[in-house]
Amino acid sequence: MQLSLGPLLYYWPAEQVDAFYQQAAEWPVEVVHLGETVCSRRRELKLDDWERIGKHLVASGKQVVLSTQALIESEADLKQLRRLLDLAAEQGWQVEANDQSALYYLTEAELPFTTGPSLNIYNLRTLSNLSALGLQRWCLPVELSRETLADLQQGIAEQQLDLETEVFAYGHLPLAWSSRCFTARYHDLPKDRCGFVCQQYAAGLPMRTQESRDVFVLNGIQTLSGACCNLLDQLPLMRRHGVQVVRLSPQAEGMAAVVSQFDRMRSGELPLGQEIPLHAQQDCNGYWFGRPGMDRVNPLMD
Amino acid sequence: MELVCPAGNLPALKKAVDEGADAVYFGFQNATNARQFIGLNFTDKRANEGIEYAQSRGCKVFCAINTYPQPNGWREWTAAVDQAASLGVDALILADMGLLDYAAQTHPDLSRHLSVQGSATSHAALRFYQQQFGIKRAVLPRVLSISQVEDLARQSPVELEVFAFGSLCIMAEGRCYLSSYLTDESPNTRGACSPAKAVRWLETDQGLEARLNGVLIDRFQAGEKAGYPTLCKGRFAVGDETYHALEEPVSLSTLDLLPKLKALGISAVKIEGRQRSPAYVAQVTRVWRQAVDAAGAAEPDSVRMQAWAAQLSQLSEGSLTTLGAYHRKWK
Repeated sequence: MQLSLGPLLYYWPAEQVDAFYQQAAEWPVEVVHLGETVCSRRRELKLDDWERIGKHLVASGKQVVLSTQALIESEADLKQLRRLLDLAAEQGWQVEANDQSALYYLTEAELPFTTGPSLNIYNLRTLSNLSALGLQRWCLPVELSRETLADLQQGIAEQQLDLETEVFAYGHLPLAWSSRCFTARYHDLPKDRCGFVCQQYAAGLPMRTQESRDVFVLNGIQTLSGACCNLLDQLPLMRRHGVQVVRLSPQAEGMAAVVSQFDRMRSGELPLGQEIPLHAQQDCNGYWFGRPGMDRVNPLMD
Repeated sequence: MELVCPAGNLPALKKAVDEGADAVYFGFQNATNARQFIGLNFTDKRANEGIEYAQSRGCKVFCAINTYPQPNGWREWTAAVDQAASLGVDALILADMGLLDYAAQTHPDLSRHLSVQGSATSHAALRFYQQQFGIKRAVLPRVLSISQVEDLARQSPVELEVFAFGSLCIMAEGRCYLSSYLTDESPNTRGACSPAKAVRWLETDQGLEARLNGVLIDRFQAGEKAGYPTLCKGRFAVGDETYHALEEPVSLSTLDLLPKLKALGISAVKIEGRQRSPAYVAQVTRVWRQAVDAAGAAEPDSVRMQAWAAQLSQLSEGSLTTLGAYHRKWK
């Protein structure tokens, strides 16, 4: 079972991003997703920077995957997407397609690809279609449950599809994308003159109910879950269902400890029930159990 | 340019046809369509009657099967596709790639429209759907600006349909999981957003509270108009401010853009609202029929335009309309 780092969803200063991936190069993760997937206005890192970071990670033994922007809205976005695919082809890196625009260019070029959780794969027919087009690995959409995963894994085995399965197991869940920037809206700024205010929030901007319950996290045009998804204790079940890759989504704080715990859990060094709380905040696992995503189900009571 | 109107039930379908819709769209009474409301949608028998009524009057009928089937529901969804085909609808409105493939293989001669739930926001995405599944038309998400729609219209390999009037989704449709995060249903999985079964209204000392699965969405003071607690239209706290952090409770109306959309060669304008009453559908269809017919005129009739805008405004959520993302300032 491999560990992957999902694409960085927040807008951090370049030095912080560099420092993060310097550390990641030393962590026990096998796959690292790179690239800006949220907003085309975030240009703190140029494609050259991602190339440099990617090369360093490859030299450290990691598999590098370039992730495409989830919501493509303009010709400029498409151009940026094509440049990302060119870089991947040049370097022999894999591409994670996060919408059908990316699928179009990848299938035109007959390049193999993976998919992220924002690409809607809900059934076997979709999987087998994409497999025929070059899909190598897919990530379960965040709102799907372990039962659906089990059904799909069984179908993959029956149809003998050559596919790896990945599950989003840690981090605030990406739940929605809009053409509106909610961070700019909070600052009363127009989106196209946003002043890059999302850079002030390394962990996003919490949005609470009127009785102070964390409900969502605003991250520019993206809305994340208010609670942090944590499926650490579900790794044994994922293994039984043949999940090959477990995705950890980069967070501003404590990521080294998160990776370390998942690493110990996959190698059986962390007895169930012994895990240390990974996050000061509230966490959730509801989707996995077929419940509202925000729920925290006690697996022992389930 | 076609006027495509909502048919949540048979009376609404008949009203839309009578008031001049070029096409109506409906769904079956299960989770296969994105407006699964109690008491809404069509049985086989009703659908048959509706299709007969519409088609004999020159109005097309589209069937929305635009949610995402999971393995345990796959047969229910393919059965809906087969049922729509045997009823003789003019087109299927689909979102899921697997289901698009099923329809293309099983009923190759039946037109396939890509639902707004298919989240195609670029000409490259449209090309993908067209090459793989032979879609004839695509409904564009409500997140695009008019200049982006213009770009798409220039390069699209398929017919385009855009939303003209009704509820405004502010998130890219088909990839919004906010509802299933708070409840156990989303548009993708069950065809429901902020489902009524999870809504509770409570009179408290602090005001009238609207909760969704226990989560406080909004609180209304005496004299405030209390709208349905769609989760993205509530008032939340960010920093020290409490406000409509995602969106105000407003409706979309593109009446002002109609001549432009027509000039761009947009094939159809769509009215949202299968959950609305037959009377609502009748009024909205009547206004839009006139507006679509007038949109090609050399001289815009500003007096009539104002009258239509006033009529539509009265029918809108919170009596407010917006051009939404079509207008750059919205962002």
